[in-house]
Amino acid sequence: MSLVDLWVYLSGGPLLWLTTTLVAYVAADAIFVACGRRPLANPVLIAILMVSAVLVVTGTPFPAYFAGAQFVHFLLGPATVALAVPLVRYLPQVRRLLVPMVVALVVGSVTAIVSAVLLARAFGLDASTARALAPKSATTPIAMGTAEAIGADPALTAVLVILTGIVGAIVVTPLMNALGLTNYAARGFAAGLASHGIGTARAFQVDPLAGTFAGIALGLNGLLTAVLVPILLPFLLK
Amino acid sequence: MLQGFVILLGCQLLGEAFVRAFVLPVPGPVVGMVLLAVLMLARMPLPSEVGDVSGGLLKHLSLLFVPAGVGIVQHLGRVGDEGFRILIVLVLSTVVTLAVTAVVFAGVARLMGVAADRGEPETGAVEDEP
Repeated sequence: MSLVDLWVYLSGGPLLWLTTTLVAYVAADAIFVACGRRPLANPVLIAILMVSAVLVVTGTPFPAYFAGAQFVHFLLGPATVALAVPLVRYLPQVRRLLVPMVVALVVGSVTAIVSAVLLARAFGLDASTARALAPKSATTPIAMGTAEAIGADPALTAVLVILTGIVGAIVVTPLMNALGLTNYAARGFAAGLASHGIGTARAFQVDPLAGTFAGIALGLNGLLTAVLVPILLPFLLK
Repeated sequence: MLQGFVILLGCQLLGEAFVRAFVLPVPGPVVGMVLLAVLMLARMPLPSEVGDVSGGLLKHLSLLFVPAGVGIVQHLGRVGDEGFRILIVLVLSTVVTLAVTAVVFAGVARLMGVAADRGEPETGAVEDEP
């Protein structure tokens, strides 16, 4: 069997790309640790860049890659269900902090939408781009559904959502330290609200309480964004 | 591990069915999460493995975003020549949102006199920070 035959055989099945995804993540996590867990060395970002480079070099189309990687992607569902476990474990804290949570949810959700659209206009971006930016802090499926409802391009929104997640995961720790905030429930809640699942993953890396509040914020802000974007957008794009 | 997975997938499946049946704008897994929380709070006798499997999944939550992120790279062309300005808007809006949310949360909590300490380090789904 020649090397080309071997490649044709392996690249056609799910094993190669599933393994590539896991190897890239293990390597990215090792780089993250080697960099002293510096937020800029975000393992999601590094792994995405590594896999993308492999796909470009080997000329592999995304659907062929995803045939293997879908097994990892699929686990997002059960992982979301799994958020119930820390939620129940920290229920006494969640109960005590219910009022701060609700106030921060409403203020934060409005801030996410309004700041995105107003900044987009201030920087002279197209109205269609501003629309696609509006639901950027919501989790991907909700953001794409909202984009459709307001006549924005769902695929562009998906790109902006993932970028927002990575940006949030990178800046949250240095930003909170600069603000001198030691309330880990507040830090986690902000991470989940502003940058959904990727922010939540970052919060779980730092502290389980922060991760729990990030998971709550991710769910609640997803719902609120779907409701608020269609209401606020006509005022913001006047 | 198997029993833990059965519970998680079962909750997700019921969540998806619920969302489809009532045409709700919520992802099925989110409803599944609420369902599992309700089961746990109702003290349903669930296999203890649910905790282990959940801890394992949440510990590597970052990994699960890699395939979708790679898909995004394919669509980067969509941001077009506005790309750089979009990135600035994203960064600024995200920083403002993070700061406002956390400050409001911590401020209201302080006004009410409730503090939130750092979580206990022995609770599984955590990597130690330097």
